[in-house]
Amino acid sequence: MKLIKIILAMAGLVATPIVTIAGEDSQLTINEEPFVTSVAAPAHLENVDTIYSGWTFRTDETQALQMDDFDNPAFVFIDQAIDTFNAVDGSAGKACVSCHESPEVFKGLRASMPRVNGSGELETIPELVNNCRTERMGAEKWKWSGGKMAGMIGLIGLQSRGMTVDVAINGPATSMWEKGKELYYQRVGQLDMSCSNCHEDNYGNMIRADHLSQGQINGFPTYRLKNAKLNTIHGRFKGCMKNIRATPFKEGSDEFKALELYVASRSNGLMIETPSVRN
Amino acid sequence: MEVTRRDTMVIGGAAALTTILPSLSSAAIPVNELIMGVTGGADAATSGIDLTAPEIAENGNTVPISVDAPGAVVITIMAAGNPLPGVAKFKFGDGAAAQAATTRIRLAGTQDVVAVAEMADGSFAAVSKMVKVTIGGCGG
Amino acid sequence: MAKGVKPRVKVPKTASAGEMVTLKTLISHKMESGQRKDSDGNKIPRSIIHRFTCAFNGKTVVDVEMGGAISTNPYFSFDAVVPEAGEFHFTWYDDDGSVYETKKKVEMA
Repeated sequence: MKLIKIILAMAGLVATPIVTIAGEDSQLTINEEPFVTSVAAPAHLENVDTIYSGWTFRTDETQALQMDDFDNPAFVFIDQAIDTFNAVDGSAGKACVSCHESPEVFKGLRASMPRVNGSGELETIPELVNNCRTERMGAEKWKWSGGKMAGMIGLIGLQSRGMTVDVAINGPATSMWEKGKELYYQRVGQLDMSCSNCHEDNYGNMIRADHLSQGQINGFPTYRLKNAKLNTIHGRFKGCMKNIRATPFKEGSDEFKALELYVASRSNGLMIETPSVRN
Repeated sequence: MEVTRRDTMVIGGAAALTTILPSLSSAAIPVNELIMGVTGGADAATSGIDLTAPEIAENGNTVPISVDAPGAVVITIMAAGNPLPGVAKFKFGDGAAAQAATTRIRLAGTQDVVAVAEMADGSFAAVSKMVKVTIGGCGG
Repeated sequence: MAKGVKPRVKVPKTASAGEMVTLKTLISHKMESGQRKDSDGNKIPRSIIHRFTCAFNGKTVVDVEMGGAISTNPYFSFDAVVPEAGEFHFTWYDDDGSVYETKKKVEMA
């Protein structure tokens, strides 16, 4: 019994040097442009004073991968998405480029999404993409987290890189935002955990050998070393829910859209880093 | 809790145990054996080759490593604890400005990464570095 | 040919005679190691890029033999000499017999 305690204490000792305090000593630059990775939390956050990009929680080696677009493996998929953008698909004989002159026309979009549209519906970038595909191009919908979709929303998101996240939470967005906030603090699953248990109460601490972040989504879609591909926001939510032994909501569901709005609003003030690199 | 001399010894024992365990469980090939496999039994110098690898890799899927061996003709990189230890073999030609390279590799767990350089005169230099691969919580 | 394989290379457009330049290469490829099993427990056969070469005006810079432990989307960075104006020639060899090539010209500064 005593030995077990000592070994546990040892494990604690071994883990201690790995812990790095989030942020201040490292500076993110991408292609030599400086990025803000920590900033005062938006006013609506009650329990957090400073918000940190997920980049600040990663090791030097993982951080370095995001600092140059050539070293960043996500750009393989961005390149593929540029080809897709220019390729005709569907019965209308159109490509993205037939209506949108270049991906650059989407500058700013990522920083304000998700948003409530004219018909009072909360909309996300994957939905905008699929609407174009089915309504204008006469093409098949893409899967929410499929490779084509992840690449395309990566390409669209990249156009806003370096812009400050500014998601509207008032007016018509209020009720969806409240719903998202409720989901964020709602304990679920066999482990009976909420998003906040890890990403608000314990960011900066270790979960097994991993460094918990604040769960900010300003770098999504993100290239993960784990699966060597671009990962979507809802895909990541799903993974988190599985980890706490909960039945995940569906990608694109009203629940995940509301949660996306709320989580995005928690990063108001940070910069878009799409496509980021995480572990 | 007051730590007695006896407790201290137990702690020491536990520490030794934790350092031994990974190599036992992964059935790694001894580093020296890997080096000898490349040199054909000849001794390898311990200087003249540098290996840069993270002390702790956040994910074993993508571990950045760099090797640098001025004057080398070939640099072989091996991972002692992988199911197949051979990782890569760099042959440098006349167009190379340095006998150095960077790549990203997979490590099946905490283990030694080994680099062996064959110099132009037929001599060898070798270096190894332990890389700890973490088992993720949610990231892994 | 494996699906969606796309090489990327970073080479300076100009150099002075004899200058040392750093080259970076990345190619999209799953690099199926041959060590993984599918959901039925059968080994997934190896399918990797097993060789990469870089030459300048026909002169070898590096020639790399690659194993299954090279990460998905193989990345290499190394230094080359540019003695005169010319062309870097990058070649990747896939297990399935495909060969992926790309070339980059370098002018004298």
